Amino acid sequence: MAQTTVTSEALVDREPPSRWAQFRATLGAWGFMAPAGVLVLVFFFIPVIILFVVSMTDLSSSNFSEPWTFIGLENYARLFRDKFFPKILTNTFRYVILTLSFFNVGLALVLALLTTHIERRAGFFFRMMWLLPRITPSVVYILMWRRIAHQPPFGIINQLLSPFGVEPRYWLFERPWLFVILVNGFVGASFGMILFSSAIEAIPRDYITAAKVDGASTLQIIRDITIPMIRWPLLFVTTYQTLSLLTSFEYILLLTEGGPGLFTTEVWALTAYKRALKTYFGHNQWGYGAAWGFILVFIGIVLAFVYLRVFRFNELVQEPKIDVL
Amino acid sequence: MKVELENLTKRWGDVVGADSINLEIQDGEFVAFLGPSGCGKTTTLLMVAGIYKPTEGFIRFDERIVNQMAPKDRNVGMVFQSYALYPHMTVFQNIGYPLKLKKVPKEEMQKRVQRVADMMGIGHLLDRKPAQLSGGQQQRVALGRALVKEPQLLLFDEPLSNLDARLRLSMRSEIKRLQMELGITSIYVTHDQVEAMTMADRIAVMKDGRLQAYAPPEELYDQPRTLFVAGFVGNPPMNFMEVEVDRENGDYHARREGFDVVVPPDRGEKAAGRGKVILGIRPEDVTLADEGVSGEIYVVEPLGRDDLIDVRIGDAHVHILADPTLRLKIGDNVKLKFNTHKVQFFDPATEDSLLWT
Ligand SMILES: Nc1ncnc2c1ncn2[C@@H]1O[C@H](COP(=O)(O)OP(=O)(O)OP(=O)(O)O)[C@@H](O)[C@H]1O
Ligand SMILES: [Mg+2]
Repeated sequence: MAQTTVTSEALVDREPPSRWAQFRATLGAWGFMAPAGVLVLVFFFIPVIILFVVSMTDLSSSNFSEPWTFIGLENYARLFRDKFFPKILTNTFRYVILTLSFFNVGLALVLALLTTHIERRAGFFFRMMWLLPRITPSVVYILMWRRIAHQPPFGIINQLLSPFGVEPRYWLFERPWLFVILVNGFVGASFGMILFSSAIEAIPRDYITAAKVDGASTLQIIRDITIPMIRWPLLFVTTYQTLSLLTSFEYILLLTEGGPGLFTTEVWALTAYKRALKTYFGHNQWGYGAAWGFILVFIGIVLAFVYLRVFRFNELVQEPKIDVL
Repeated sequence: MKVELENLTKRWGDVVGADSINLEIQDGEFVAFLGPSGCGKTTTLLMVAGIYKPTEGFIRFDERIVNQMAPKDRNVGMVFQSYALYPHMTVFQNIGYPLKLKKVPKEEMQKRVQRVADMMGIGHLLDRKPAQLSGGQQQRVALGRALVKEPQLLLFDEPLSNLDARLRLSMRSEIKRLQMELGITSIYVTHDQVEAMTMADRIAVMKDGRLQAYAPPEELYDQPRTLFVAGFVGNPPMNFMEVEVDRENGDYHARREGFDVVVPPDRGEKAAGRGKVILGIRPEDVTLADEGVSGEIYVVEPLGRDDLIDVRIGDAHVHILADPTLRLKIGDNVKLKFNTHKVQFFDPATEDSLLWT
């Protein structure tokens, strides 16, 4: 006991836990965080605050030069009273859930598994090809899809199917959801595909060999070894793609403009864009559009927290390799 | 189970992994594959496991050709250098995985996993994840996973290389004992010749994809058939020098500059009259003496129990083991006595032994 006291005193003598040292350590930690912190502040927090402020005004192109007024939560009330609000809400969830599950994660995983189980170079080539639409300008990409599903007598689908006696149709208008999801999913799948396939290729061969010797078939290896081992990229892609699908609307805008008809394929982000920036008879309702936008941000933040909790991301974060002294 | 490899070959384009390997493993035998890095040990093992398809040749289990048989039907257990324990499964799930794939009922699986784990001394660790185990414990789990399905053939790929020296020693004897008790035919890949010598019934020495020798340890040690085997087996390694062997007055003399020893006629006659041949002698067969070949000490390396001494004879070097209490120093002149009943002779061109064929 006595000895312990002596030792710790000796330590204290040599290395007093000065406030200055503690301060420096804290400063160092903040210093490393600062660049990322500044970016998040300038490009996320400040815009969100501005967005919220604008959403409580009646700012629009008609009263821009006149004094505009704070109208409190009136824009939000108007939003929830909107006749098409339920439609837009369900459209948004339908769009995100279907595209995410079938394409951005589902198809991405299937493609990654396929391209890592064939010859290496062939797999690599296939993935490169699948990436092409992502680097094609959106307008060109959507024009191609519109050509594919164009109205009779045009349309590539019509031309391909007519020898089989299929009546030519305006596919895009008859099946707008199919094409909205297909168009987004086709591009969206490439992100997960790349991440998943590099994660799959990084799995040490011994695990696969061991599983084969243990008696596993290819499907059992995928179920029991491969997928658990790429858990992190799977969760990451799910989270990331949920949030990016929630805010994406450009393909829908270019493909259907939310139609055909009234709000058939209109999603939340598209509504916000139209209200705020797209001139309906020269009338931009910035304040009202901001309210739509702000709710979207709010949903995004809530979802992000839900994902972090449900997927227990903090368990996936590795312990630091170096102990902080 | 008996295992037979016939002309077993594996190539990837121009790369040769294994080149016409022929060997036969008796039921219950423990065979070591020994050779330097890249010589094709793992390749051969993986062909036996069914992971690699042979380019040519046959693998037979009890006379049955199994070239086309899927790994899961071969009933082999395998232990890896990297352990290859599934990191997301507990110890229980790791050991139980082969049984789960065989759809063994829950209760029986529970019993068998527990039994194997107790046998390996890891029965109390079943709920842990592999990352929470020490290297030695992980290796036991890996061994347990290989044993739980009661395989007819055990394959080890350098299982002890990642363990510290002491643990390696104890695991070595443990594996050996286990194998003998269970009587499972085993192939043990290693590049550590001490491991091979102490554990195996027979050793297959490989080099550049080819089988160099296949013999029991003592035979490999005393009657090496090639220069490579002679140099690779034994620690410290065998000494080699070029000599000419001539018959003079009924004695066979092996000579080079500053070196002249009489060798027994049964060995000498096979090397005589061939011009330059390579003489090999193990360090423990050369001793310090009052008379004999004279040389000068070039380097002294203390090994603890012995000093390893590099003695220069003319322009040849001979390593010997000496008592450290002699306190030999660099530059000392010494006389060496060669135990000529143990000399080896090799053809310098073919590198084959002149004594054993
Ligand atoms: N999948 C493969 N494709 C191409 N060449 C390979 C492949 N696997 C092994 N080789 C080559 O075959 C040779 C033998 O390799 P192998 O892994 O069998 O060596 P090893 O004896 O196990 O060596 P080590 O002691 O380092 O493990 C090496 O030259 C290696 O480069
Ligand atoms: Mg190897």
